[in-house]
This record gives sequence, structure tokens and C-alpha cells, in this order.
Amino acid sequence: MDCFIGIDLGSTTTKAVFMDRNERILGRGITNSRSNYEVACQVAREEAEIDARFLLLKDRLRKYPQIGEFHEDLMAWLSCKFALGQHLKQLTALREECFTVLQMWSKTADEKERYRQALAWVFDRLDAGASSTFEPGRRAQSDFFRDIATSLFLKDAEAAIKETSLSFDRAVGIFDKAILRVENKSFAVFYAEYLDFARRETVKQPRFRKYEKEIVDVVQEVIELKFNVIKSVGTGYGRLLLPFPKDQIRSEILCHGLGAHYMFPETRTVLDIGGQDTKAIQVDGKGIVTSFQMNDRCAAGCGRYLGYIADEMNMGVHQLGPMAMASKKPARINSTCTVFAGAELRERLSLGEKREDILAGLHRAIILRAMSILARSGGVVSEFTFTGGVARNEAATSALRQLIEQNYGKVKMNISPDSIYTGALGATLFAKRESEA
Amino acid sequence: MNIQKKMIGDHYKKLSTAKADGKKVVYTFVPGNLNELILSFDMLPVHPEINALQSGMRKKSGDFIMEAEKSGHSEDVCTYVKCDIGMMKKGNIGPTGEKLPEPDLLLLSYTGCFTFMKWFELLQKEYNCPVAMLHVPYQGDGEITESMKQYVVDQIRDTVIPALEKASGRKYDENRLKEFLRSSARAEDDLVAIWESAKNRPSPIDAYFGGVYYIGPIFTAFRGLPECEQYYKSLRKEVEYRVEHKMGPTTPEGELNQQKFRVVVEGPPNWTSFREFWKMFSDEGAVVVSSTYITVGGLYDRGFRHDAGKPMETMAEYCMGCYTNRNLPARVDILEKAIKDYHADGFLINSIKSCNSFSVGQLLMLRELEKRTGKAGGFIESDLVDPRYFSASNIKNRLESYFQMVAAKRAST
Amino acid sequence: MGLESLVQRCEDLCRDLDFNYVKEWKKKTGSKAVAFMPIYVPRELIHAAGMLPVGIMGGGDDLEIIRGDAYFQSYICRIPRSTIELGLGGKLDCMDGFLFPAICDVIRNLSGMWKIMFKEKYAKYLDFPQNLGKSGKNFYVQELQQLKADFETISGKKITDESLGRSNALYNENREVLRELYDLRSRYPHQILTYEAYLILRASNILEVSEHTRLVRDYMALAMKKSRPNRDYVRVIVSGAFCEQPPLTLIRALEGSGCYIVDDDWVLGARYVLGAVSGSGDPLMALADSYMDKTVATGSRHEDASVKGDYLIRLVRERRADGVVFAAPSFCDPALLERPMLQDALTAENIPHTGFKYAENTGQIQTIKEETGTFADSIKLWGAE
Repeated sequence: MDCFIGIDLGSTTTKAVFMDRNERILGRGITNSRSNYEVACQVAREEAEIDARFLLLKDRLRKYPQIGEFHEDLMAWLSCKFALGQHLKQLTALREECFTVLQMWSKTADEKERYRQALAWVFDRLDAGASSTFEPGRRAQSDFFRDIATSLFLKDAEAAIKETSLSFDRAVGIFDKAILRVENKSFAVFYAEYLDFARRETVKQPRFRKYEKEIVDVVQEVIELKFNVIKSVGTGYGRLLLPFPKDQIRSEILCHGLGAHYMFPETRTVLDIGGQDTKAIQVDGKGIVTSFQMNDRCAAGCGRYLGYIADEMNMGVHQLGPMAMASKKPARINSTCTVFAGAELRERLSLGEKREDILAGLHRAIILRAMSILARSGGVVSEFTFTGGVARNEAATSALRQLIEQNYGKVKMNISPDSIYTGALGATLFAKRESEA
Repeated sequence: MNIQKKMIGDHYKKLSTAKADGKKVVYTFVPGNLNELILSFDMLPVHPEINALQSGMRKKSGDFIMEAEKSGHSEDVCTYVKCDIGMMKKGNIGPTGEKLPEPDLLLLSYTGCFTFMKWFELLQKEYNCPVAMLHVPYQGDGEITESMKQYVVDQIRDTVIPALEKASGRKYDENRLKEFLRSSARAEDDLVAIWESAKNRPSPIDAYFGGVYYIGPIFTAFRGLPECEQYYKSLRKEVEYRVEHKMGPTTPEGELNQQKFRVVVEGPPNWTSFREFWKMFSDEGAVVVSSTYITVGGLYDRGFRHDAGKPMETMAEYCMGCYTNRNLPARVDILEKAIKDYHADGFLINSIKSCNSFSVGQLLMLRELEKRTGKAGGFIESDLVDPRYFSASNIKNRLESYFQMVAAKRAST
Repeated sequence: MGLESLVQRCEDLCRDLDFNYVKEWKKKTGSKAVAFMPIYVPRELIHAAGMLPVGIMGGGDDLEIIRGDAYFQSYICRIPRSTIELGLGGKLDCMDGFLFPAICDVIRNLSGMWKIMFKEKYAKYLDFPQNLGKSGKNFYVQELQQLKADFETISGKKITDESLGRSNALYNENREVLRELYDLRSRYPHQILTYEAYLILRASNILEVSEHTRLVRDYMALAMKKSRPNRDYVRVIVSGAFCEQPPLTLIRALEGSGCYIVDDDWVLGARYVLGAVSGSGDPLMALADSYMDKTVATGSRHEDASVKGDYLIRLVRERRADGVVFAAPSFCDPALLERPMLQDALTAENIPHTGFKYAENTGQIQTIKEETGTFADSIKLWGAE
């Protein structure tokens, strides 16, 4: 099937989007950017391809009216078990890598053997526990293998080592080296294997058994489906590192504008607050960027500012928003400078101000910076779309909503749950439109 | 280019032997300088901004700036000053590796830049030499009034000339001054023709990156001299040849004949990564057809010529007419006219951290110009000679986005 | 009025960004008001046209900047941001004109921004002669004549020699009481607290001059009657805060850190002219002469480097100060370029000094307080030479 691909190589995550000739989004993929951009790009793309296969799987299954009410349920099982299949494959690879790393150690054979046994025990437990982690309704805390595997490993390794004379730190050291190697390999290429595995696991459920034939047919069809990539376009901070020719690379500003326009066609202004920068973009009725502004040299007002504050307060960055929402009397934070804000934060804490009030003030301070960048780009005239990591932070969105209304009156503000894909989506649209031009 | 290199090389050579040759040296600033008057006293001028920018291009400015900051200068203030102070503290070795002579006079032409004033106060402390203050009033209401002109003329006559006479040991010679002024006017005619050649497609010149080379002689030690006249005559010929043969300007990457974008630029360039910065434009097929930086010495393209018929008034007008001595509304008008006259696709502002004189108000200028011309404006930030303030990836990212936006806009209309 | 309520009134005036006093004054008199940026403007001329001169010193730490930041890069000081914020927020609508004196390139360019953004209002950049010879005076006199004509147009009222002479005299009187206030504080710094003295001085930005003169007198009488503890503080001079003002909390913290401030350069315009404007002859000439002859030294003006620091050192001696605290707004060219020269001059005279940067809304009071506290302690321990 003909398709177009857009890839957004960001500083923390890499995103990919697949699209068909009718500009329908087929699939989205995301992965952490790692140190190896090329792998990140490949993984995101494969993830998006798998996502696309699932969409097609869903489409095809819908053609069978008899499946009817089980449709959602069935898809949930298939995708969970697919993820399990992939996870198990990665665990196996991780186990092997751990052993390889161990072999390279300059220790006595006896000592190596003791670690080997401990590790084998841990991996056996990880394998056995995996299927319960991947069940419909039980979402893991993260989508990334590194995160899931690390947290589980640490828990079991502690138990395995507790009673022995082995060093926990050494075991973790082995694990860290091994996961880096695993991470830089692609596992999505074995999608057929996982799909097969998912099908087998799924039909074990009694309620699906009577549709086994339909399921087998459709899964087979989807496995065999070939994607014919007409054109790819890359964007994002790392875009110049993408193995693309120059005419297949677009600035993330243009991609964000077009992507936001696709999601919300009436959008005229886009604000994106990401980890490293903040951008305000004005687009016309076709999603073409007419002006844009980015934060100046000063990092205040980007997502990184929140990360810095989280570090200062010894909290996770995702905990900041909810805590700030609890404030009844936000503090006025004067320093928009990231470094000074840390000092001001400590000063206020030492004066006994409430953490939630200070946090609410800090969120407002970021949004105030964003407001000035917005104003520089030409302000907000009509429908407005907020994207980027900070758009998921409730305290930030509520401060923004309030300030936009104060300064520009009532305007519609869109925040899409898929906003992280805005840039990649725009890139895909450029790929599609330019291949037709 | 080679003629110019020789001119500059010769000048620094002369400076290095000035004391031995019995020549007197005057330090003064570039914008609206009184070069003809200085020449008429047979004195050699040194321009501290030029030393600073040369240090920047030679990648020495970073150390100099740190040196000045170590001695108590704030990280907040102009890096030209700090670069110069740092260079002085490290032995005052000029760009050609030869020691610069100490000044016999600091001619403080306070033109369009507050920092100049403090700069020479700092130098005076170091050199313990006389200062002649020439206060050039700002065109706050967008015009040169009779009283402003009188003030500058009076100062030249009552303060500057006596100071130059004393420092040089020569009497003021008006006939000599007039000769230099006449020569200046001839070179100025040629320079304007060169600027205006950018109205052609393709433009035979780059009026920003190439432009800084073109303005070199006329804004510094050479205006008024026959070699300066000669330089502009041959440059004009070359430009006319390029127009005739539809050739673009020479860039570090070769000739830029495929000109996809014509832009106007506001603000000084960055010197520490000058070539890298230029390449970011030529990589995108962008040629600068007009820039405000090339008018920091004087707005010849708006009709000003040195007039030997009224030597005092003409020097006063020149001092007051330079770009940074114009108020914000006038600067917006100048840019608007350039964007229209040179058929630009858009305009870019390079906002310089060091230079409040240029930078304050540029974000308003951006908005005004977008509103008035309907052309897209871009905004980037860097510094003159502080390498810590040039983030190549950041600037490249913005420039690319900007040019792609202009292209997308063009494609959609 | 008691001391507390008098000081409170000044604080309210300082914090009132709606300028209600100006609005009421205009209603009462049916006249106009002309705003000006720091440092110095010839307020006498505005007053002589029957108008109220109003000093605008940014927005302090109460004002949240929403629109103002959009116009300035991060490396520019705060005062133009808050001033634009006030303008766009309509807070300055009660001003019938705005003067931008030559302080630095920021304020200079702000004058042009004002012309673009508030086209309907009178906005003028005021160039002061840097050359104090005859040529400078001729230029300045013509500047003043232009101003006079402009003010006559705005007010619809002729400025006569009588009215200008009267205004000159009123401002002479005001400068005289402020001199008394500063002398008194230097003698009894525990009685005349800087926090209060600052607010009293700051009120000169807005109050009609005669009213302000009375207020200063009332304050001195009331404050001297108070019984206040004399603490073991060091005596310092604050230098560099002549344009953007430190927040009130910072001024209080400086004193609280163990420093009696015995002279300073904030709200400098009110004390800029050191002599009196002559009462004889042409009053406009007299006003011009007062600028040309004897004024304070400040970083925003040219000064021959051979006398650099002399003014400050003289002040240290006169006020028997133990040291100097350099307080400059972040990104303030005049103060920061001047500072190393002044520091060198002080060091040569063995006068201790320290320095910090602030913004009108600075949030790091504690850090600064610790610095100046340590400075005070070190002077007490090792003694000033």
C-alpha cells in the first residue's frame, strides 16, 4: 500500500507518522531519542509501521459483522499480546547481552558463574511475570522497554542478591551495559512473529475461539501487507542528522504549523512549549506559516525550566503540575531567569511559603514568557492550539488559558492528546503534498 | 579585495612605525567620523571598534573579553569595549601582530552609541592623554535642526580643531581639508552606485556580508585619500561587469548566482563566526540586497555627500546623519524603503546583545515592518565579538525555518 | 498626620500605578500632566506652564509584565518593559506628554518606540549637552526654548518670566529641604531611616512641588521626635541606582543588613542640580546655567577621566562613610561601565566597596542582604582605613 512518512527527531523523543494517499493517518510511533539518532529514527518508524498494521487489522476485522460486539475487546487483546511478544523477545536479547557482558569480565570463572546464576534467576522471573504486565487494562507506566525492564530488573535483582555475597551494584552495572546494546537494536522487524504470537495467545480466550478462522486470515493478510513508501520528510532538532537529502528535510516550525492545521483546521496560532525551546507560530487558512518567533537565548519559559525546578525540589517533573493545581494563592515569581528562579525558590521556601503556591507561580512565570513570545509573533487572533510536552501539564494549560483570555479575549484553545506528533504529522503532510506537486 | 587588503595592511604598518616616523595618532570611533579633518592634520586614525572586530574574526576576542571581565567589567556590557580593554591589557597587539601606537588624542565623537563615551573614559584612564569630546546630538524628532547643526559646528571649531592642532603641532588648513572632502564625495558617488546595483537580478553584490568589506575603506582611515577613490572606482567597474554578465556576488562558497531569496538585513553582523554565518545564507541561496549596517558610517544612499563648499556644516551633517543616530520611526522608514526599493522577499533582524543602540526597539521594528510591507520578518540573536553568544545550531535552525517559510508562502500565493 | 501615616501615604503614592493623585490633581486644577523618565528633567518649565511633572520609574515589583516583555530581548534592563506595560495597560493615559531624557541608548530608543506606539501623545527625547562649554550652553538654551514652546502648546498657557521665576524658586526651596533631609540623615541615620527617607524623596516624583516641600519638612520634624535605637551599623553610600530603582523591600533589607545609608543616588533628578537656580536675570538662562554649572556626577554623563571618582570620594569624606555599595540594575550600561572606574578610584583611596546587581522586581533579597551584611561585618572587624 502507498504511504508517506514523516519523522520528527526531537531532543528527547523521536516520532514517526504514516499516512495514506487520502491523508489519513495510518500509524504513529515514538521512541526515546538515545545517543544514536539513526536507530531512534528507525525504531520510531517501525513502531509507526506496526501501529499502521494494527489500524489496518482493525479495519479488516470490522468487515466481519459477526465479530461485532467483541471488536474492541479483540483488538485490545491482540495489541497487548503483540506488545508481550515483543517484550519477551527483547528480554531474551537482554539476557543474552547480560551474559556476553559478564563473559568479558576479568573475574574468576567461579565468580562469573555465580553472577550468571543470579541473573538467570532474575530473567526467569521477568519472563514469567511478563504476561501479567501485558494484559488489557493493565498499562505499564512507560511505553519504553528501557523503563519497564529497568524497574522490574532492579526489584528482582535486589531480591536475588540479598542473600548472597554478590554485589548489587555490579549486577546493575552489567544490566546497564547490556540494555544500551539492546536499545540500539531494532526489534520491530520481527513484527510477524509477534503478530503470530498475539493471534495464538488471543484465541486461547474462549470467547474469541469461534472466530479463529477470521482472525487467522486477517492477521495473515496484515502480516503480508507491504508498505510502498512514496516519500519521507524529516524534521526536528536532529533533522540534519537524518539520513535524508536536503529536499526531504523541513524545519519543525513549518511542520508544526501544518500539523496543527491538520488536527484543527481553524487554528491560526500555534504555541509549542517543548523541552528545549518555545515557539509561537502563526498560520494561514492552509496551514502555511506566516510568522514565527522562538525563545531567545534565555532558556526560561521552556520545558527545561520545569525540569530544573523539579530537580531543585527533588520531585518528578510530572508531579509539578498536580501540586501547583492545589495552590489557592499563587506566589508572584519575579525571576524568569532559570538560574535566578532556583535561588528565588530556595529563598521563598526558607521564608516558609507553601510549595504549591511557589509552584503555581513558577508555572505562571513560564507561561508569561511564552505569552511574550506569542505577542512577538503577532498575538492570538482566533483559534489557538497548544502543543508540546508542557501542554500535558495542567497547571501550565490553566495559566495559559487564563492569560490568553485576559489578553486576547475568549478564543478556542485546542490541546490534542496526540500533540506530541504534531511535527511528525506536518512532515508527513509535506511528504505527501510535495510528492504530488 | 586585494587592493583593500593592501590598504589595510599598509595602514597598520604605518601605525606600527608611527612613533618612530614622528606621526601623531588619534583614536576615534567609526560612525560619523571626521576622517578628512584628521587627515588634514596629517594624523593617523585608530578605530577601536575595528580592532575589536578584527580580534573577533581572528578568534582572539573570547580571551580578551574574559581578561576584561576578570578585571571587573560586567558580563552585561558591550563586548567591543571589553575586547578592546582586554587587548590593551594583553599588550595592545593589533590584528597584524604589530603593537598599536598609544594615542596622542582621544577624539570622542559621541555618535549614536552611549558606550563610546564610557569607552574613551576607560581608555583615558589607561593612556592618560587628552580627550576631545564631540557631542553629536541625537535626531530624537527625526530631523537635524539648525541648533543641533550649530552645536556640532561650534564644537568642531572650538573643541576638536584646537585639540587636533595641539596634538599634531600643525595649524588647521582649510584648503587641505577641502581637498580631502572633494575626494570623499567622489568615492561616495561610486559607493552609492555599488549599493544600488543590488536592485538587479541577480544581485551582483551581497550588501551585508560582502557589504562589510565594501564599507571598510570609506568608513575608516581611508575616506578622502586617492587610494580610497581608486578602490571604489575599480569596485564599481567590477560590479558593473557582474551586472552585465548576470553574475552574483562572490561568497566564501563561490559565486552565488542562483538567488532564491532577496533579503534586507538590520543590525550588525557577528564577527566571531562571520564566515559560518554567511554560509548559512549562501547555503539557502539567500542574497542580502540591502542592510542597515552598511550605513553606520553615513546614509549616502539617501543623498548625503561631503560638500567641500561648506566644510564645517558638511562634517556636522555627516556626524548626525549616520544610521544609529536616527530615531526608531526613521529607522523603520529606512528599512521599509529598502525592502520596497530592492524588491526584497523579506527582512531579517540580527539582534546584537552588545549593542543597545541598535537592538532596543528591534522587536517593535519587526512588527511595524511586517505590518507595513506585508513581508515576512525573521529574528535571530548573536553578539559582535563574544563567541559565547553565537549559537550556530540555534541560528541555523531559525534561518532555515525562516527561508522555508518564505518559500512556502511564495508557493501558496 | 503622624509619622507612620505620612510614610504610608508616600508608600501608597509610590505603589499606585494608576496615578490617582495625578488624575485628582488634574481634575482639581483643570490642568495637564507631563511624565518623564529618570534621571533629570527641568521640571521647573513644566511647572511654570501650570502642569504637573510626574516622574515614572518603571513599575516596581508589583507590576506583572505581560505585554512589555514582547518588545525587549532578554539582555535589556527591566525599566523599559514595565514602562511599556504601563503604557499599553492604559495606566499612563492621564499623562499629556512624556519626556525621555538622555540617560542611555535604551531610554533613547524607548523615546522612538513611544512615538510609534502612542502616536497621539507628545513624546520627546531630551538631549543634554555633554560638552559643557559655550557651544553646549547655546544648544541647551535652544532645547529649553523648544521645550517651553511645546509645553505652552500642551498646556495652552504662556510661560512668562514671572511664572518660570516662581517655579525656579519653588524648586530651589524643594532642593534645599531635600539637602536638609540628606544632611539630617547623615547626622542621625538611626532617626531618619533610609526606607522612610527614600519614600519621602520618591514622593517628589508625583506631588506638586510645594506640597512635597511641606511634606519633607513635616517628616523631618516627626522623625526627629521619635525615639529610635542607635545601632552599631556601618555608614555606607549607595551608588549606581540612578535610573531603574531597587524594590522597596531591597532598600529596607540593605539597612537591615547593618548598613546606615548616608548618601545615595536614587531618585537623583530631585537632587541633580547642586546649586540654586539664580533668581536674577532671565529665568530660562538661569535654569540652563544651573545644569551647566554645578550638578552631581553620574554614570549617564561624560566626565573627564582625570576627575573620575572625585565626586564620590568627596561624598565619602563629607558623609564620613565607611564604604560604598555599588548597586546597579542588571544590564545598565551607564552604571556598569562606570563601576570599574569608580572602584579603582576608591581602591586607590583605601575606601572599602562592594557591589551587586538588581532589577526593580528582584526576587533575591536574601542573597543581596547577606552580601551587604558580610560587607558591614568586615568593615566592623577590620575597620575602614
